[in-house]
Amino acid sequence: MRTSRYTPAFALLVVIAVIQLLTLVSGKAFYLTQLTMAAYYSLIVIGLCLLMGFAGQISLGHAGFFAIGGYTSAVLTTLDLSAYKDRALVALLTKLHILVSRQDLYGGITLCFHPWVAFVAAVLLALGVAWAIGIPVLRLRGHYLAMATLGFGTIIYSIVLGTQRFGAADVISSVPPFPLGFGMSVSGETALRVPNYYIAWGLVTVVMVLSTNLIHSRVGRALRSIHGAEDAASAMGVDTARFKLYTFMLSAVLAAVAGVFLTHYNGGIGPSEAGVMKSVRYVAIVAVGGMGSIWGTLIMSVVLNFCSLRGYFGSYDDAVFGAILIVIMLFAPDGIIGSDLRRLVKMVMLKFKSSHGDTEAPRKA
Amino acid sequence: MIELFFQYLVAGLTYGTIYASVGIGFNIIYNTTGIINFAQGEFVMLGGMTAVTLHAFLPLPLAILGAVLITMIIGGLIEVAFIRWLVKPSVLRMIVITIGISILIREGALAVWGEGVRSLPYFTGNEVSALSLGGVRVSPQVLWSIGVCTVIVVLLNLFFKFTMLGREMRACAANREAAALCGIPTRNIVTFSFVLSAGIGALAGCVVSPITYTQYNVGTGLAIKGFTVAILGGLGNSMAAVGAGFILGILESFSIWVLPTAYKDAISIAILLAMLFVRPSGLFGNKEAMKLKDF
Repeated sequence: MRTSRYTPAFALLVVIAVIQLLTLVSGKAFYLTQLTMAAYYSLIVIGLCLLMGFAGQISLGHAGFFAIGGYTSAVLTTLDLSAYKDRALVALLTKLHILVSRQDLYGGITLCFHPWVAFVAAVLLALGVAWAIGIPVLRLRGHYLAMATLGFGTIIYSIVLGTQRFGAADVISSVPPFPLGFGMSVSGETALRVPNYYIAWGLVTVVMVLSTNLIHSRVGRALRSIHGAEDAASAMGVDTARFKLYTFMLSAVLAAVAGVFLTHYNGGIGPSEAGVMKSVRYVAIVAVGGMGSIWGTLIMSVVLNFCSLRGYFGSYDDAVFGAILIVIMLFAPDGIIGSDLRRLVKMVMLKFKSSHGDTEAPRKA
Repeated sequence: MIELFFQYLVAGLTYGTIYASVGIGFNIIYNTTGIINFAQGEFVMLGGMTAVTLHAFLPLPLAILGAVLITMIIGGLIEVAFIRWLVKPSVLRMIVITIGISILIREGALAVWGEGVRSLPYFTGNEVSALSLGGVRVSPQVLWSIGVCTVIVVLLNLFFKFTMLGREMRACAANREAAALCGIPTRNIVTFSFVLSAGIGALAGCVVSPITYTQYNVGTGLAIKGFTVAILGGLGNSMAAVGAGFILGILESFSIWVLPTAYKDAISIAILLAMLFVRPSGLFGNKEAMKLKDF
């Protein structure tokens, strides 16, 4: 019996539905809010897992990409252009529905960019930034790469803090819902909690399926060879620089998308989302999940983000993630789920095969 | 105008000393282990904070001495607990571990000292006392910090040149396995390098505390600055790190002239990134770095 590579994705869908039903039955539907947010954070972590676990490149600046996505979206959808509505360009954009008018909290009419336009802009910006810094940064290795990406994250953070337009130390609030069509939208309204839970997790499932496909493709093999031995991979004709750059850009876009959706879901974004601790937290989650196991990473991401968002760690939130980093790296550098689960699966498969008289199996192992 | 220029210069020199000491700390550990200790900035913070606490019931010199000793012990304990027993750890693993350590120290400091901003009193005089140097008014504390930095550098040089332990450390930096074969206890040398760089960081943290203040979260910023300095001078080259420290401090303080203060931190990181891309071997060159590798 060969399990399809899509089996885990189906299992994920089932688990998603079961959890929703459980919260419904137990009357704890409010858990769904944190689960939705955890889903968006998981998008970043999946991207980072592809970068760290498969391309073998560390990034301590992914909160920066999240912030690029979130802030681009937040600024464009709250930037009021109604004062300029007589200008030809603004009028044209309004006619093209790139600018839409809506009522703000105080009853005034504002003219802002359509969320989809902001979304496209955010993704393009993240792609561009990742491309521009990826080319020089990815030439570096080890400590240099870690410090360079940490530096990138810090620059984004201080730009956010130092710019009035980004709210400086304050939160950009009253970001409108993100319309998806069919009467659905990404927003934090209580009435839309269940649909939003499914939207977020549907997105995660799609990304997981795409990532699994990527890992099992030619590109995935190339990436793993880079992780294993970059020089050897290069000697075998793998264009290491290009594959590293593409993975970096892919993970940046995932982080930016997560930033856009979470900002619309929360209705705002604050500078703490761009902080260095956030980047470290994502790295910690990938480490716990077992570098190179996207399913392990997803599971740990949901568990840890959910606990953190529910406030189970109290004021020791950052300390918990620091301790996790140390403990995992000291005692189980392959992650807690990654190594054991894989060993277990391998053992079961071996038993299964040998009981069917498959002589090749033990030799392979 | 010319006075303002000198004021910025003096401010730059003050920050330069602290960046230089963090950079030296990075280099000492890097040389014996090949590890960049991301928790280096935390030692500076610990030194300042402990000294402030001790000063409540001890005279200033004793408080500083105590703070340096305590931080050295913490540095040694960290090495023994987290680094010593790892067999050939990968770089990625070491980066992540030292980042974890720095987070734990920071959160521990938050739990112990709270979010408050603290500082030691001025060593001589007070906030308003100033020496007049050719028309420029300089706080005596600035002279203290530059003086202490100079003393550290000179003593380190003598230590590496003329003491047995210093020579063993150099041997360890040049070739760890060969050093071990010569009977040098390399494990203990590594522990000592953590103790030494923790002590240097703590001392710097005490000296600049009256001017720059100390808070539980200053470590990360200092670590990035210190790393910038270490890279700028060429990794592993402590003397060059001092020069690079002053360059960075001065560049930063003059950047306020043209840019908003909020972007001050971005300056050093931009320099770091530019440096990493253009000349990862450091300002003071590859050849020289090679020559100076054994101090």
